[in-house]
Amino acid sequence: MDVSQYLEIFLDETKEHLQNLNTRILELESDPENTDTINEIFRAAHSLKGMAGTMGYKRMQTLTHDMENVFSEVRNGAIKVKPEMIDVLFQCLDALEEYTDNIQNTADEGTNDNEPLIKKLNEILKGGGEAPKAEESKAAESKAAESAASDAPQGQTERKWDAIPLDSTQISVIREAQNQGKKVYGINVKVQEGCILKAARAFLVFKAVEELAEIIVSDPNAQDVEDEKFDRDFTLIVLSDAPVGDIIKAAENVSEIEQVTGDVLSLEDNHTAEVEEAQSSQEPESPAPAPAAEEKEPSEPKPQPQAASAQAPAKPAQAPAAPAKQPEGKKQAVSKPVVNRTVRVDIEKLDSLMNLVSELIIAKNSLVAASSQEQVSAANNNGFNEQIEYLESVTTNLHESVMKVRMVPIESVVSKFPRMIRDLSKKLDKKMELYMTGEETELDRTVVDEIGDPLMHLLRNSADHGLESAEVRAERGKPAVGSIFLDAYQDGNNVVIEVRDDGNGIDVEAVRNKAIERGTITPEQAVNMTDKEIIDLLFLPSFSTAKQVTDVSGRGVGLDVVRSKIESLSGEVEVKSKLGEGSVWTIRLPLTLAIIQALMVVVGDEKYAISLGSIQTLEDIPPSDIKLVQNKEVINLRGTVIPLIRLNKVLDVESKRSEDENLIVVIVKKGDKMAGLVIDELIGQQEIVIKTLGKYIKQCKFISGATILGDGEIALILDANALI
Amino acid sequence: MELSTVSNKNIPEEEGRRPKEIIQYIVIRLGDEQYGIDIRNIDTITRMQHITRVPKMPAYLKGVINLRGVVIPVMSIRLRMDLPADEITKATRIIVLKLEQEGNIGFIVDEVKEVVSLDTEDIEKLADTSKDGKANLINAVGKHNGELISLFDLSAISLEG
Repeated sequence: MDVSQYLEIFLDETKEHLQNLNTRILELESDPENTDTINEIFRAAHSLKGMAGTMGYKRMQTLTHDMENVFSEVRNGAIKVKPEMIDVLFQCLDALEEYTDNIQNTADEGTNDNEPLIKKLNEILKGGGEAPKAEESKAAESKAAESAASDAPQGQTERKWDAIPLDSTQISVIREAQNQGKKVYGINVKVQEGCILKAARAFLVFKAVEELAEIIVSDPNAQDVEDEKFDRDFTLIVLSDAPVGDIIKAAENVSEIEQVTGDVLSLEDNHTAEVEEAQSSQEPESPAPAPAAEEKEPSEPKPQPQAASAQAPAKPAQAPAAPAKQPEGKKQAVSKPVVNRTVRVDIEKLDSLMNLVSELIIAKNSLVAASSQEQVSAANNNGFNEQIEYLESVTTNLHESVMKVRMVPIESVVSKFPRMIRDLSKKLDKKMELYMTGEETELDRTVVDEIGDPLMHLLRNSADHGLESAEVRAERGKPAVGSIFLDAYQDGNNVVIEVRDDGNGIDVEAVRNKAIERGTITPEQAVNMTDKEIIDLLFLPSFSTAKQVTDVSGRGVGLDVVRSKIESLSGEVEVKSKLGEGSVWTIRLPLTLAIIQALMVVVGDEKYAISLGSIQTLEDIPPSDIKLVQNKEVINLRGTVIPLIRLNKVLDVESKRSEDENLIVVIVKKGDKMAGLVIDELIGQQEIVIKTLGKYIKQCKFISGATILGDGEIALILDANALI
Repeated sequence: MELSTVSNKNIPEEEGRRPKEIIQYIVIRLGDEQYGIDIRNIDTITRMQHITRVPKMPAYLKGVINLRGVVIPVMSIRLRMDLPADEITKATRIIVLKLEQEGNIGFIVDEVKEVVSLDTEDIEKLADTSKDGKANLINAVGKHNGELISLFDLSAISLEG
């Protein structure tokens, strides 16, 4: 079977599982006894193994297999979770990530066998397996001789195969087979909720089962299964020489299969069907299936919850009391994370949809322009205007929905940070804890993809430079464990992400001295600069105050990269810091990138757009109100002194207004700074589509793009942030 | 870009083996001189239209135009080559080139005349005289019907833009 078409899904899922594993193993480290977490880990590892196997990535499969063994022992209580083990597991995850990267780049997993890791895993298995054995057997003693570690007691499900109507030919085939000593099993396969390629998964199950058995009946029938005409499960009746457990295992190895149950099938007149000792658990005897089912149902009023334990090489649970072994874990396993109902769409398709919406908005704008010109002429304009208004609301809604489609929670980026902080904590030998809020905050997909590196930089910065060493913290009376916070929230049309730490804060004097030493500023300048301006120097290229260059940071390539990245996303980054108490890094990003609300203005005879996001107010200022401070024009607006920027000078055009006319001033704000932009004329508010100017025209700092107006003309977009 | 560089630079070597390679050029007029642009680099030819000025740009970058919803920078090839500024007439056109690295860019030309097919034999490569000067936008001269056509080296344009 050609699996290349599933490669993308495989990669996506693998990454999800790896992320999940990372998170869970972290949890496990802090709470080694949590069976819920262990089960989840096991499930993820098992799916990974199955997927890698299906795709033919043997090395990956081997590694995950060995990891799975370890998890399995942990789950059974045979091994206790130890810090060294967690370290090894994290190394394994890194190795798996490497495989995944290789696969993504070359469709091949690479040649690294990771033998040392596998060896370590096996050592864990051997080393840990002994002492707790006794405990385990005690636990298992409660019922039967459950010794096999991999034995996961499987809950009962409805024996759906008993309900399949069999016609006479089928019955005779079954009888025939039984006479030949073959076994007849009913198998029920349940696909995970949210599985994308049900039919493909089912196909793989069919294939896996057919290697061991002959499928004689399928419900729904094979054709319907292939056409995805089934809900979440399908039932098979098979003939086989192999024990039912093997068949179930084979089926379960297919990924995204939630549960496989199976048992010997009994025909009505065949109550005495011999039940083979299929189970490796080697239960001395199994009751005849039909009575067993009756027996079990009263004792387990809710068989369904058990279904969640899809992980284990399942057995049809013949021993009703077996679940008693891990009753708690079982129940918790039911509360699986809710899977988002999603469709994976290529971002390019969304981009083209977005472009179409943009075109539509431009077309709408030109209609609006046309209507306002012709309004005077005809009385029947009313209907026309109504239609335009209708079109306007439709395009606005359409735009909003398309934007929403592109929004993804930042969780996908930030969820890797706890692991990173943990590693940093070990590497730097500082105790620290990361607290995150607002992971569900949504941002445009393209922004989310880009935001990871800058955030990582800031977090590393906080961990390395921010947090003090343990001794210093103790001296200052701070808790031994340093705290780093990552908070994300929406603020109007912006998303704000804050990285906070309770560390040392920025030593302004140190920065000042460093800047003078490096010749970035002269000593005279340094005296006149405010603390804030000094701190801003940190964002200059190759400026690092760390006394020692470490692995983690201090090479001076950090903050300027952070700033340029954020600015390329039309965002801004700010820092507030108090020496001895900590720093707050604030990243502010626009919600949407492609279409914005803007104020259209005229300067000279050229039209410009200013994003509404940065505009505070519009003011009408008589020339007499203009004061000079340090030879710069300022106005005193309701108690605030605001510098004026004459746009016609910045843009090299002649103003059309005479000197003594009142000035139209657009007050814009960037963080705490304000400025008044002097323009010639206001046109009004408009929804504009941002287009890039191309690579030729990038030197211009304060032009952030262009937009096409209703009449086909181009207006440039002024970046108020760059002007202030 | 790749294409034109290859076809232009490899001419001396290829002359012996493949003398019959034919490249089509669009012939444009700037003042009294004729210039040729490899047709494979041309996206569109459009009439002169309103160019939106972009502040703080070198003089030869005239601004941007809207070509079917795409914003395209426009360059005055005359100013670029230190010729007198463009005189806009009815014959003035904007030739939009597609360059691999930088995307599309428009050139203002006085007139678009014709398409000619030049045999590699008819193309004479110019020595790379002044690396720093702007003159080396032209890297070859083609002969067609007794007239000379200067051929643009488009990679030089993109590098400086």
